[in-house]
Amino acid sequence: MKKLAMAKSVLFPEFKVIRDTDRCIACQVCVRQCANDVHHYDQDDDTVSCQDERCVGCQRCVTLCPTNALEVKKREVGFHPNANWSVQHIRNLYKQSETGGVLLSGMGCDQPYRIYWDHLLLNASQITNPSIDPLREPIELKTFLGAKEEMLDIDWNQDFPVIKTQLAPQLELNLPILFSAMSYGSISYNAFHSIVEAAREVGTHCNSGEGGLHPDFYPYGKNIIVQVASGRFGVHRDYLQVAGAVEIKIGQGAKPGIGGHLPGEKVSLEISQTRKIPEGSDAISPAPHHDIYSIEDLQRLIFAIKESISYEKPVSVKIAAVHNIAAIASGAIRAGADIVAIDGIRGGTGAAPQVIRDNVGIPIELALAQVDERLRQEGIRHRASLVIAGGIRSSADVIKAIALGADAVYIGTATLVALGCHLCQKCYTGKCNWGIATQDPYLTKRLNPSIGKRRLVNLMRAWAFEIKEMLGGMGVNSIQSLRGNKEHLRTVGLTREESQILGVKPAGEGW
Amino acid sequence: MMKKIVIHEEYCIGCRLCEIQCLVKHSSSGKIIKAFREEYPRPISRVHVEEEGYLSFALQCRHCEDATCIENCMTGAMHRDEKSGAVICDEEKCVGCWMCIMSCPFGVIQREKKERKIASKCDLCGNDGEPACVANCPNEALSYEEN
Amino acid sequence: MREDQLYRIPSGCAVVGILNQDGFRISGEGIIRSIAVMHDRSNGLGGGFAGYGIYPDFPDLYAFHILYDDRQAVITTEDIIQNLCEVEHSEVIPFREIKEVQNYPYFKRYFLFPKGKIFSEDDEVVKLVMKINSSISGAYVISSGKNMGIFKGVGYPEDIGRFFRLEEYQAYCWISHGRFPTNSVGWWGGAHPFGLLSWSVVHNGEISSYGINRRYLQNFDYHCNLQTDTEVITYLVDLLGRKHQIRISFLGSVLASPFWHEIDLMSEPEKTFYRSLRMIYGGALLNGPFSIIVGFDKGMFGLVDRIKLRPMIAAWKDSTFYLSSEESAIREIAPDLDEIRPLQAGEVVSGQVGEKISYGKKCFVSRV
Repeated sequence: MKKLAMAKSVLFPEFKVIRDTDRCIACQVCVRQCANDVHHYDQDDDTVSCQDERCVGCQRCVTLCPTNALEVKKREVGFHPNANWSVQHIRNLYKQSETGGVLLSGMGCDQPYRIYWDHLLLNASQITNPSIDPLREPIELKTFLGAKEEMLDIDWNQDFPVIKTQLAPQLELNLPILFSAMSYGSISYNAFHSIVEAAREVGTHCNSGEGGLHPDFYPYGKNIIVQVASGRFGVHRDYLQVAGAVEIKIGQGAKPGIGGHLPGEKVSLEISQTRKIPEGSDAISPAPHHDIYSIEDLQRLIFAIKESISYEKPVSVKIAAVHNIAAIASGAIRAGADIVAIDGIRGGTGAAPQVIRDNVGIPIELALAQVDERLRQEGIRHRASLVIAGGIRSSADVIKAIALGADAVYIGTATLVALGCHLCQKCYTGKCNWGIATQDPYLTKRLNPSIGKRRLVNLMRAWAFEIKEMLGGMGVNSIQSLRGNKEHLRTVGLTREESQILGVKPAGEGW
Repeated sequence: MMKKIVIHEEYCIGCRLCEIQCLVKHSSSGKIIKAFREEYPRPISRVHVEEEGYLSFALQCRHCEDATCIENCMTGAMHRDEKSGAVICDEEKCVGCWMCIMSCPFGVIQREKKERKIASKCDLCGNDGEPACVANCPNEALSYEEN
Repeated sequence: MREDQLYRIPSGCAVVGILNQDGFRISGEGIIRSIAVMHDRSNGLGGGFAGYGIYPDFPDLYAFHILYDDRQAVITTEDIIQNLCEVEHSEVIPFREIKEVQNYPYFKRYFLFPKGKIFSEDDEVVKLVMKINSSISGAYVISSGKNMGIFKGVGYPEDIGRFFRLEEYQAYCWISHGRFPTNSVGWWGGAHPFGLLSWSVVHNGEISSYGINRRYLQNFDYHCNLQTDTEVITYLVDLLGRKHQIRISFLGSVLASPFWHEIDLMSEPEKTFYRSLRMIYGGALLNGPFSIIVGFDKGMFGLVDRIKLRPMIAAWKDSTFYLSSEESAIREIAPDLDEIRPLQAGEVVSGQVGEKISYGKKCFVSRV
């Protein structure tokens, strides 16, 4: 990106680094750890000073400082208070007038749109229906993803009844949570390694994202859902053969309508070999698949993939939550999808134009409620499993999603935060200080896969137990009995229309 | 069975927190700000991070089975601790001749000036739990294991 | 539906069932005595009975018992019935005035069959029942089976039994229910048993999976309008037992399935069987405490939930099979018994007319 020669930039630093000089021992850990060269050691004075304008607010130096001498805060800009022209808007204007470029950002939409999870409340049983104690009784979270029959053909004349119907291929999960699609390329080898190890240990699946699959990870294939995205990066026969399932990515919540974007800075030799593209070149996936321009084209691709894997694995279709999501999901199922993954506006990404990330798409809660309702009305809800994504932050969000009708949820941002991400939103620079969203070998070392795996397994274990506690509190001992059971939800602080769209009664209404 | 420090260089991030914590552990006050600011001469770290390009790792005394430093010590200050099997320098007996430094194949012994000149090296933190470098490595690039 | 009927009422209750496997018919007096013993399990806000074999004069006709809140509903409903069915006979259901039962609605019964060329009579009858219950305000089909009928209302069961003069009927199978709802809604249609075709269900418990069971049933055109948990149980039994042809003794495998970790330890073909059933019929799994007695044309069965949160006792004497919430209710009418035992979690214990007594056929039960 060329800067205009000579003219001074009017951009102001975003962050302020405050060093407590009583505590700073000039040990230089901050100097060594900052990938953006914010801190400098002056040998003559034996002090460390900083260049605030480079700071991205990733908190790495703050975390590692052995004497807790550092604080990184958002810098207060002295503009006249203006409810309309926010600091962010002004900043964007300065940046664009200086560069003439599209502003990129990382992670998910950070705007204060309404979060519906925070307006949904759960039920508990009292007296008439005893709650169930997860420490003493089994509470089942097992989930199967895939197309289901409506009825079984059973031979009752044998010694023991025999099922004659052949069931469609299923993914078996120990709990209704999967690791979301984050490509090797957008995240580092070590981060991907942590995720596949955790997926295998916990008994769930992760998603390769659109970056292909590094051969080192083929042994984990059964726990990986591989993606076929519009760029078709890394898609070849072995890729489809080793996987547990195949997902056609039509869109993602962070940038509905446009394709994936991996800046050239992050295309190292290994990435170029995995994706089969030249080293250092931007990997930009086109917006539509080059062979999908209508729903019947999707059907053709789904069946082409099913043929190539001999119908042995489920095929999923991932779509972004947009206004007409119910009809699109219905169409995808009728085109042969076994699983439909829907990604809402809060979905994260390694790189997306900020204006699209923050303004395109709808919240996943509304999309889910509408899709589930529409599929039931059409009588096709059983033909595919619904997996949702886009800003699932806690086990409460997971259980609310299941109650609204999802079969399972994908977690992306939560996974990265568990690995150490501090949501500085600078993933597209390739300078992730935490070793997650980078290919720089100096930085990727910072994520030790055994620590990463341990943290993710801990997270899943903790959430699974919290979900069991909440299920037991509702008097339910199998997640199958909560799925789509909107009677256990109530809304609070929403308008009548919003409650109706969600299909949930307002709190205070009884059965 | 002797416990030793095992190095996992693929995870060393070159932060040198191991050096800092080793220094603090072997300081008189044991407190980080005091050790850096108020103790003079500043205590030295017995572990040193070797770096080349993006490869780095923390290197300290290997407590060799056939320790050349013990063989070459003229006063017998360099000896093996019976219980832990570690190679320890008895600072009372050390006269600062530096024969150990010259003979160490890893270069992990250093000169230190306290009240007088002595050889300074890793002592596995007195075998009192995990050594400071291992316990404080933020990325688990060092581990304390039995061979 | 009236304002006070819009709330779903969970209940703790009493249930009793008597089946004579030789088809020998007895009067309703026995079952009234039996349920009266469990008086304290009810609070007087609901009681009911179902009897099988009570209309020997019309054995092949569907006997509709309909509850009417007002006169207009009668006219509208009879209009529809006359259009869609041949009605051989209709009359007010006989009752006696007793001081314990006040404010009773209007009950009428019709003996009919659907007319015209149709694929399945049963399906047509179900459609008609759904239509009356959903679209005609003030009219509710209480029972719609052949040679059977349901009698229920607001009051202690023994009083309801006397109100409907049940001592005058003879049936080979009786089931009964006494209710303890936690809301004080006095609506006659909300009492148990609940019926569809020849299925009648009495239920002690609360279904915490109601929300999803109801939505699952909507896929198959069953509409739950009567705001009680028991409704979903009845429709699920009809769907699984009649339409999907799942054998009675295996209904427990769907409604109160074994746990996954138990299925993992099974060998084939049991493992694939239970796994497949659970995968496909997840929306039919009943969660929450329940013990139910289901009567049907050939007999009756009892089932309890998969972690045994409510009681159910089964007993046998000669060729009669008993089910009850409490042993005392059985002993009241049959002091000597050949065999008596409680049901286990997820176990279906059934008896059918013409079958040899077998003290309940055992399918897989959860080891809780």
